[in-house]
Amino acid sequence: MAEKIILIPGRSSKQGTSLNQGKLKDEYIAVTSTLEMNQDDMDRLKLVDGDEVRLINDVGETIVRCLGKKPEDLPHGTAFIPYGPPSSQLMASDTAGSGMPLSKHMEVEIEKISA
Amino acid sequence: MSENIKIVKNATCTFCGCVCDDMELHVDLDENRIVKTKKACVLGKAWFLEHTIEKDAHAAMIDGKKVSMEEAIEEAAQTLVKAKFPITYGLSDSTSEAQRQAVAISDIVKGNVDTTSSVCHGPTGMAFQGVGESTSTLGEVKNRADLVIYWGANPAESHPRHFGRYSVTAKGMFTPNGKKDRTVVIVDVRKTKSSPVADINIRPKIGKDFEILWALRALVKGKKVADDIEEQTGISLETLEDLVERMKNCRFGVFFFGMGLTMPRGRHFNTGALLALATDLNEFTHFVAKPLRGHGNVTGADNVVSWQTGYPFSVNFNRGYPRFNPGEFSTVDLLSKGEADAAMIIASDPASNFPKKAIEHLKSIPVISLDTKSTLTSKDAHVAFRVSTYGINTTGTVYRMDDVPITLNPAFDSPFPGDEEVLKGIKKRVQELMLARHNANGARGEAKVAAARIQE
Repeated sequence: MAEKIILIPGRSSKQGTSLNQGKLKDEYIAVTSTLEMNQDDMDRLKLVDGDEVRLINDVGETIVRCLGKKPEDLPHGTAFIPYGPPSSQLMASDTAGSGMPLSKHMEVEIEKISA
Repeated sequence: MSENIKIVKNATCTFCGCVCDDMELHVDLDENRIVKTKKACVLGKAWFLEHTIEKDAHAAMIDGKKVSMEEAIEEAAQTLVKAKFPITYGLSDSTSEAQRQAVAISDIVKGNVDTTSSVCHGPTGMAFQGVGESTSTLGEVKNRADLVIYWGANPAESHPRHFGRYSVTAKGMFTPNGKKDRTVVIVDVRKTKSSPVADINIRPKIGKDFEILWALRALVKGKKVADDIEEQTGISLETLEDLVERMKNCRFGVFFFGMGLTMPRGRHFNTGALLALATDLNEFTHFVAKPLRGHGNVTGADNVVSWQTGYPFSVNFNRGYPRFNPGEFSTVDLLSKGEADAAMIIASDPASNFPKKAIEHLKSIPVISLDTKSTLTSKDAHVAFRVSTYGINTTGTVYRMDDVPITLNPAFDSPFPGDEEVLKGIKKRVQELMLARHNANGARGEAKVAAARIQE
């Protein structure tokens, strides 16, 4: 069943080091396709580390793998993903007259992809 | 590793806006690669050690086929001149010398120039214009700051040496004990690798930064704040009052702020509120606010575009003079609305990072790409130039995040040209083509003289 979460794309050390190897290389693709989630949310959605989930909003959808974080580190109902092509798939083009697309705190639906 | 090792001292890392200029690099001249770094952070190490000269890469390609540099420059110039609305985008991983060439090309073809600032600290640039900037160098922060507040930023992962070189553990003239002489506050919606550094961690509700900043402004001015502030923002009144007392009573306070303020809803209102708070605090003490800039020379891009056009980014030359309007002349908007009909992308990868709609349009128009590595943008480019890496292979000037210019000390030569050299070639040819076009219609005055000179 799909559930709504707030997605926070951002920078991470691994994203920074892997982009130096090349954005078309496996490590960068893997890093930018890893979704960090509140472990309690993962338990509720019956997800374990490495499970594939689909993120969907009005703009598009993308498939990523989830990774649990301590509930006190990431607020309930939020998830973090390093910037990259998957997060761009969910970014709306409207900039509200600022030039900056809404790139953080995006509301998306998350659903488990059955094995 | 061969024995033909060259040691480069005081090299500069251009991976992030810290632009650390105290690196020691060990270069294997036989293999053309850096084999050891001293003083580099995890990002800097990857920046230097992963830098290789790809032997099978071509310096110039048209539609995926290898061509001569002259052919590629001709095709790039023709593409820009034939377009009705050519745009230039990127620039924050180029030297300032290359940036000025790119601005000149945009001016000549009456196109549009925008930098990655527009999807980074563009909202900060807009707030600077509206509110003003209480600023300082990072040297002043190191020597004087006793209250350091990071807001919506995670420097431990984005700018790993920021703490040690400038703001937390750095020992300065009036901060001889480093961290012991400072209070560090981090405001972030989630726990990050930066959080352990802070004396005080403030974790607001998501999307409530503006409300908190405005409440702090009210408290600084001695006004009453609504009783339900904690319910609204997730931060108690006691915490806010404590922070206000610390801010008013410090000797030298500094805000460092990041994408946590510029990228969510509110954008330039969030950054404007923070800059206004810094201004308010100068009634009581010395307080400054600095954006944490991401790319190595994004600050240079703001400076160069500003000194050449009067505006920092999102600048349009369609009418023959510069106009500034983010939301209209910003690249995401121009592409998403399908307005641009050719694009020159320099040291950036919008095909990877932009919204889907903008990427779709980018893929439908001819793209000229200048990059040091293969990217989604360069892979599909009509004309693709492989250029050398600034700071590692080419010299030039970059601006640190506090607007201090630094000269680059390159480590070894590259078979690929620098982006300044390529852009100079495109500029020369674009100028010739535009003058020929004017001359054909009966050039007058200076244009006629310039056209005659070219024909000579």
